Amino acid sequence: MIRVADLSVVLDGRRVLDRVSLDLVPGQVTGLVGESGSGKSMTALAVMGLLPQRARASGQVALDGRNLLALPERELCRIRGARIGMIFQEPMTALNPLMTIGDQVAEVLRLHQGLNRRAALGQARERLDRVGLPAPRFPLSLYPHELSGGQRQRVAIALAIALRPDLLIADEPTTALDVTTQARILDLLKDLVRDEGMALLLITHDLAVVAGMADRVAVMQNGRIAEEGPTGSLFRGPRHPYTRQLLDASRPAPARPASDFPTPLVQVEGAVRDYRTADGGLRALDGISMTIGRGESVGLVGESGCGKSTLARAILGLEPLQAGRITLDGQVVDAGRLMPRGLRARMQVVFQDPFGSFDPRWRVDRLLAEPFHLTGRPPDWRKRVAEALAEVGLQPTDARKFIHQFSGGQRQRLAIARALIIRPALIVLDEAVSALDVRVRAQVLDLLARLQRDHGLSYLFISHDLSVVRGITDRVLVMQAGRVVEEGPTQQILDAPRNDHSRSLVAAIPAIPIDWS
Amino acid sequence: MLRYLLRRMFVMGASLLAASVLIFSVVELVPGDPASFMLGTGAQPETLAALRTQLGLDQPLPLRYAAWAGAILQGDFGTSFTYKTPVAGMILDRLQVSLPLAVLALLLAVAIALPVGLFAAGRHRRAGDALAMGAAHLGVALPNFWLAMLLVLVFAVNLQWLPAGGFLGWSDPVPALRSLILPAVALALPQAAILARVLRSALIETMGQDYVRTARAKGLSASQALRRHALRNALIPVLTILGMQFSFLLAGAIIIENVFYLPGLGRMIFQAITQRDLIVVQSAVLVLVAAVMAVTFLVDLAYAAVDPRLRRA
Repeated sequence: MIRVADLSVVLDGRRVLDRVSLDLVPGQVTGLVGESGSGKSMTALAVMGLLPQRARASGQVALDGRNLLALPERELCRIRGARIGMIFQEPMTALNPLMTIGDQVAEVLRLHQGLNRRAALGQARERLDRVGLPAPRFPLSLYPHELSGGQRQRVAIALAIALRPDLLIADEPTTALDVTTQARILDLLKDLVRDEGMALLLITHDLAVVAGMADRVAVMQNGRIAEEGPTGSLFRGPRHPYTRQLLDASRPAPARPASDFPTPLVQVEGAVRDYRTADGGLRALDGISMTIGRGESVGLVGESGCGKSTLARAILGLEPLQAGRITLDGQVVDAGRLMPRGLRARMQVVFQDPFGSFDPRWRVDRLLAEPFHLTGRPPDWRKRVAEALAEVGLQPTDARKFIHQFSGGQRQRLAIARALIIRPALIVLDEAVSALDVRVRAQVLDLLARLQRDHGLSYLFISHDLSVVRGITDRVLVMQAGRVVEEGPTQQILDAPRNDHSRSLVAAIPAIPIDWS
Repeated sequence: MLRYLLRRMFVMGASLLAASVLIFSVVELVPGDPASFMLGTGAQPETLAALRTQLGLDQPLPLRYAAWAGAILQGDFGTSFTYKTPVAGMILDRLQVSLPLAVLALLLAVAIALPVGLFAAGRHRRAGDALAMGAAHLGVALPNFWLAMLLVLVFAVNLQWLPAGGFLGWSDPVPALRSLILPAVALALPQAAILARVLRSALIETMGQDYVRTARAKGLSASQALRRHALRNALIPVLTILGMQFSFLLAGAIIIENVFYLPGLGRMIFQAITQRDLIVVQSAVLVLVAAVMAVTFLVDLAYAAVDPRLRRA
């Protein structure tokens, strides 16, 4: 067993971990949840002995009666990878692109057991089989770029568990994956804990994932463990107010009036979009027809690569179609020709990464006023900027700031303010709340619901997070391989899907059991 | 892989053709008539016309290009206007100096840059890094002819370990190699400084990558992770710079060749230009262009060797 006791870490004069204590028991899953900056990853790095060099740690991480915090680096190298393994959030970049997967798994075995390459590769084969990458289909000679995100995460797991460690630390292991892949990876981790008797420290921001996986849960806030206990009782009777806030926020239910949307705003008829690729072609949109009503909020769900974003881009007039047509208020949206500015001004978009979609050298007023180039900048544009800021809950004085001076949630509010400023009819929200912490996410969703009410906006809401889709949309379209396989009222699709694909999609969503709340 | 190679080779052939047209036109458009240069200012118009006919200068431009290019394809680079000897032989003679010099300088540069870059990256933001990069700054800033003169003063004049200049040919390889050492060092040091800086920043960037963190989580020490995982990934930008440096060293060594009295390619081209020896200029420049392209091709091959994503593309 690995026991963390009174672990504190000071980084650049700031106490980032404050007396953290955790027991990591063999055969048990410990969930560590909390928002970004709460100290979850810092705890993991401290256990691994991989803290930044400037950090000072005190307390205990005890393994076999030895305190890892006091061990010299050479000893730690012998423990890392052998006794404690770790996997990370981004499977796309976690593997060396220039090394075969076989060699990457074998490296652990050669390093710690001194095996020769041949013997190590033999064992690597067995470990890759174990994580669901069986021999004929996944030879050792594959390179990471030849695998999907989920498969790469399996390789990362294989090398982390190659030596059957006492503890596996998984830091947001499925956050970058879509729901069905997430479900399979979580199943694999659960099996490994059971079969190999290792302890698993599962770090995640997603309470639903923890609910389905963990035996015990620790909730972190500002570097401290706010509350810790068996999963079921913690969810049923949270004692700490912060835990209660997290639980409430994880089931967002912004107040939205139910209504009909008889007037269509956007109409898509038989849209086809082909891409030319190295091996032939890819039909990203395969004859899609759909509508978005005036004032309606439509959700678009499906696995990665199913064509969600292509459809959104086509509606925005950014993707030329090979067949079919798209209209907004009866006006044809045609990316092939120069689209009239007036038409462009009627739709706006908010992306997932608010930092990447703002010029870091511009001040907020200039950023927010940018869409005015479509309509002509009104003389009172500064007043309009101030109004837009107020509308998303920011201060008029924020107009003179730069984007790096805002938090992630505030940046997303700015992105929404920018979209609103020219009063569009439609806003496309492409994973717009996916990068936000649960409480911030709930606030932004409330904001979106209020703005929709006040301005009669239509939303096209793309998300892999179905709890969000449930809270903010009236109707849902399930996409698969460029087609809409099922469509209907949100409630109905998410509670009683009829199509096989939608059913497996819904089944894969991690959920907090109903009787726990 | 084969497709990758074929595509590269096709691009190389097309570039060479375009380069030959460009070189020919530029040289033709530059003012200065080789015939009148050869005969001096007091020449009779009839003699001048006769010489122009003899040199083929009275033919229309496209015909002359075709004749020149056709001959080159058969290995005939023409005859120098000034020396009346085959250009191919002249270039070959000079390459015997320039090619070994460039290769030697490049090997030296790599031999210096590799440990310095690794050292600096391993001590990022610490004293050792600052020291190494300070030295590299100095190396980039120093003019290489000044460095060359310094080397001559110290190692040839004072210590008398190596010759101060001149080159007597490869018939006796040891003195030949000895006379190339100082020029190679003078050429290599600034290149090593550039290379070390590029390698250091590439290494530091790769050290921040997720897969290096994965390597550390496997139990590799920081320096093992640097050598086994970061280095190979950092080589890709370094290879690009290396290719450009070799091209520069092959023809750009003219100042160093002058300081050390070396009969290299750079000096030959310079002399040919002052003497309006057009045929020599054209052919030598074309040979250089071909060499640069061959190096680029080799760099492309090296990319593919390093990066599996290119191999299977």
